[in-house]
Amino acid sequence: MIRWLLLLLGGALLGGIVHLATIIVLPRTATQDAYSRLSPIAPVNSVTTLPEPTPEKAVMPLMDPAFASAICRYDLSQGPMKLTVPVGLAYTSVSFYTNRDIAYYAINDRSAGRRAIELDLMTPAQRAEMPEDEEITAADRLIVESPSLTGIIAIRALAPDAGLMPMAKRTIYAARCQRSDVAKK
Amino acid sequence: MRLLFGTLFALVVAAAVGLGATYFAISRGAAFGALRIGAWTAFPKTGTQDADPYARAEIARTGRLPVALGDGLMFVAKADETGKRLDGRCEVSVAGVTPSARFWTLALYNSEGELVPNSINRYAFTSQEIVRRSDGSFEIVVAPRANPGNWLPTGGIERYTLALRFYDTAVGVATKEGREIPMPTIKTRSCP
Repeated sequence: MIRWLLLLLGGALLGGIVHLATIIVLPRTATQDAYSRLSPIAPVNSVTTLPEPTPEKAVMPLMDPAFASAICRYDLSQGPMKLTVPVGLAYTSVSFYTNRDIAYYAINDRSAGRRAIELDLMTPAQRAEMPEDEEITAADRLIVESPSLTGIIAIRALAPDAGLMPMAKRTIYAARCQRSDVAKK
Repeated sequence: MRLLFGTLFALVVAAAVGLGATYFAISRGAAFGALRIGAWTAFPKTGTQDADPYARAEIARTGRLPVALGDGLMFVAKADETGKRLDGRCEVSVAGVTPSARFWTLALYNSEGELVPNSINRYAFTSQEIVRRSDGSFEIVVAPRANPGNWLPTGGIERYTLALRFYDTAVGVATKEGREIPMPTIKTRSCP
């Protein structure tokens, strides 16, 4: 009897380890996470507008139906990115996610304080390499550092009521996301 | 032989306990730092780089992109004030006032996080769409059949989740549970 109780206890302890291990390993093995879902439909380093979520079809679960949204799947291995999003009528926001779908930065129209949200996205290493004179000319630009080489930028504009959805969509359509060296030419 | 059975028994227990706990943690949302106000729960840290392993596992498993904390905060409710599971066949009232935010939206999802089909194609309300009382408070009726005022249809499904998102708000990681944040109450009014 005591033997089985000990085995039960040992099994439960081992179960705790199994639990922690699966929790930690799960994000690495997930094939249905947002980044994997978006990869086939979103070409890299460009803006892809997402269809409005409907009961029949939604790219991701728990999308807010009051928003028009687009994503830019980025890859910084070829160099920094430039992002420009015009500000919509109601509320426009840009959120940055790593390739593991973890949000590391977000900005909205009000915190940008201008007519357009304009920023440069780069890795900490690329920022360190930036020539100093360019740093000065770029002083009025917002620089965001990405902790990962690849990731997702989510661009979203609110339609305060259904009639304003076309307006929100127009804001999204006008968003640009491209490599900095391409944008300069 | 006894050793073999013993080991096998311990391993089966380990697998059941370990995988069971993982399944439970992910489907229930077991991230740390939960902010519970009335029937509503939010996980402010899930929208930041400080997201804990439970939050990361849940995000990867469900396939959603969490609302970034600098963007806003999402509260969800699966039950009413009394702890009764939200039932789409009942008439439920979401009423009161909200914490300050530039905009908020209230959306209804099934347990998979999908929108629910309904006759008027209404899936959510924004703070600008609702009809308010003279004191600024509001009531949204979540029910299967048409209601006067702010009606959010349930499509008659058995279980649903309400998501209340605040955009450009001060509510976040530093917010403590307590009375200082007003949240709308959720009450089940009548069930067939």
